[in-house]
Amino acid sequence: MDFTEEQLERYSRHIILQEVGVEGQQKLLESSVLIIGAGGLGTPAAQFLAAAGVGKIGLVDADQVELSNLQRQVLHHTPDVGRLKVESAKNKINSMNPDVEVKTYRDYLYSGNIKEVIREYDFIIDGTDNFPAKFLINDAAVMEDKPFSHAGIIKFTGQTMTVVPSEDTPCYRCVFIDPPPPGAVPSCKEAGVLGVLAGVVGALQATEAIKYLLDKGDLLTGNLLNYDALSMDFRKIEVKKNPDCGVCGEDPEITELIDYEQGACEL
Amino acid sequence: MKIQVNGKKVEYENELTVKELLKEEDVDMPEMVSVELNGEILAKDKFDSQLIKDGDQVEFLYFMGGGSNDGLH
Ligand SMILES: [Zn+2]
Repeated sequence: MDFTEEQLERYSRHIILQEVGVEGQQKLLESSVLIIGAGGLGTPAAQFLAAAGVGKIGLVDADQVELSNLQRQVLHHTPDVGRLKVESAKNKINSMNPDVEVKTYRDYLYSGNIKEVIREYDFIIDGTDNFPAKFLINDAAVMEDKPFSHAGIIKFTGQTMTVVPSEDTPCYRCVFIDPPPPGAVPSCKEAGVLGVLAGVVGALQATEAIKYLLDKGDLLTGNLLNYDALSMDFRKIEVKKNPDCGVCGEDPEITELIDYEQGACEL
Repeated sequence: MKIQVNGKKVEYENELTVKELLKEEDVDMPEMVSVELNGEILAKDKFDSQLIKDGDQVEFLYFMGGGSNDGLH
């Protein structure tokens, strides 16, 4: 692929980086990332991946933009309230970078369709807010050998971890085993979240995606990064593969995807 | 005994179980925590019986949702 003059200029700050260069930028343009959840984590991730020139971005979200989303879901603007999140996000990406093809899924992902959707992409970003979704994405990614970035946020703290099943790195289930009992999960509306925290953590997820696509640096595999915005502490906690893990352990009992029941909270 | 909890040094008079430590460390919702003891994830059914001993390193890893409800039900 030859770069146009415009592309050389647009990506000049990438191309000048030794670790990216023309080759790396070309890789990005030929890559695809699926973002599940076009909200607090997904929109900042989408924004930076689009700006970086990731050639194809898939967006999964069945919700509409609400006024209370705008405090942190930065790709959605006031006139977008009531529109589908995936449509709102697609519009902004299209106007930001015409090099990016955006594919939208206004469907609910469940055991019956998730594998088919993730198969089309090189890397997955989990930007969902609920545990049934997080376990479903993890298990499907492990089964399909798809690398992904997990992240979660609450109040002033966030966490993220990268899973590369083909390299046998610890998965989300290795660490968290099973979803918490539904009754234990606090209402997210009650819990609240600092808007910018979502941006920081979503941008970290985009960083991992870009590093994976470029095959540069060290990924956040085998480590859960914990970020506390109040104390401004970033702490990596080493995690190991769990031999008893239900999906990637020595004798995994999960061979079919599970649709856990649990009220999702709106963050 | 001296132990480390989430990277910080803490001291306790006596050995205690994981469940007791969660309480001492003011973890409101132990159901929302995964416990790593000396680098290994501890099965939840061991919280009651597993003793924390001098020199142990304990991490409380919190379940965090966040992001967007993409509508998985
Ligand atoms: Zn695992």
